[in-house]
Amino acid sequence: MADIERYKTPTSLAEATEILRAGNVTVLAGGTDLLPQTQAGRVHFQPTLMNVRRVPELQGIAEEGAVVRIGALVTITELLESALVRGRLGILWQACDHFASDQIRNAATVGGNLCNASPAGDTLVPLLALDARVVLAAKPDGAVQTRRVPLAEFLLGPGRTCRAPTELLAAVEVPLPPAGFAGEFYKHGTRPGLDIAAISIAAGARRDGAVLRDVRIAFGAVAPTVIRAPRTEAVLEGRAPDAATLAAAVHAALGEIQPISDVRASDWYRRELIGNILKRVLTHACQM
Amino acid sequence: MPAKCDIAFSLNGVKRELTVPAGMSALEMLRDRLGLTGTKYGCGEGECGACTILVDGSTVNSCLMFAADCDGRELVTIEGVAVSAAGERLRDAFVANGAVQCGFCTPGLMVQASHLIERHPGADEATIRRGIEGNLCRCTGYRKIIDAVAAAAKEKSHE
Repeated sequence: MADIERYKTPTSLAEATEILRAGNVTVLAGGTDLLPQTQAGRVHFQPTLMNVRRVPELQGIAEEGAVVRIGALVTITELLESALVRGRLGILWQACDHFASDQIRNAATVGGNLCNASPAGDTLVPLLALDARVVLAAKPDGAVQTRRVPLAEFLLGPGRTCRAPTELLAAVEVPLPPAGFAGEFYKHGTRPGLDIAAISIAAGARRDGAVLRDVRIAFGAVAPTVIRAPRTEAVLEGRAPDAATLAAAVHAALGEIQPISDVRASDWYRRELIGNILKRVLTHACQM
Repeated sequence: MPAKCDIAFSLNGVKRELTVPAGMSALEMLRDRLGLTGTKYGCGEGECGACTILVDGSTVNSCLMFAADCDGRELVTIEGVAVSAAGERLRDAFVANGAVQCGFCTPGLMVQASHLIERHPGADEATIRRGIEGNLCRCTGYRKIIDAVAAAAKEKSHE
């Protein structure tokens, strides 16, 4: 393990981004991924370890106009306890309810889950379905600047994002879904607690008479990143969710995923799961 | 030269000051530096819950927490829980229900159960099962543990 030469505890976003500008920084938030990854040698420390816990700009959940801003340091437990998240971002709330264990939910942060960029990341699937974007902060020339990146562009591959080494993920912004939007998050694993998803699905829509509108579908653990399923959404958009439409949606979905075989499931099993579970969550969503 | 961090925190109600390597886990600090060996090292990956402690009133896996991150915070370990009223209630319930076999998971389970009962006095079985899902026991099959936690929760709700 490489030695940590400096340990920094900034108390403002300006200070944190200044430390990042100097380069060679590992960012520490909840630590629930970083500590085991570094101890196992899968991730190596940079010479500077920066603990961002005391940066106030990274805290809090707030409704700002048509957007819910979730600070990067917000823990999974805080998301679960938020009436705003439960009431308006139901599929994100459900994913938090399926996240690891109480001990990990109390420590793990949404910013860490995003930056870890696991193809199976629990919060990533609903956030992608909800058209979330991340706010990246940097201080290139004396002033803090931010840029907003859609989550779909932020995630590049397993463990890889477009965050530059000098940038800090400050928050994730989630546009409020239209009134009447309801959905379901489903995660399949071998046991309910502390499991990494073999596959996960976040699906939501709005009922407009007999037909579905604003259909949003995202999948986890069936591609190098969590993915949206635009062709599946198009099949369902403006249609009544009858058996023929559901079958067409499953057909489209199987064309959009590229699952691999690993310790959690074979590619064949992941395809079976996506087909069957998608049908199930769409049926549930249509009954809401 | 590896970075060292000067930290100050509250441990079971007592102020402590310590210098720790930046890469050290809170679990290593508790066991190897402070001699509090009630908190167990099980998996080192947050899967088993044997290292559960309370930090600022919430439970965390101390194997997943940096010792340096304890600075300014309030830690309570099994040694602190054991001498509280909630701890005594839980210990009596664990003994009465035969919820201890090899005992390795017991400290973590008692810390987690104390947090669970604090949050949900009178917790029902489903809440207890959810609450201890991050704690593995390889002996009891959980039945007796769930009964013990339910008994302690019931006693607490009658207070």
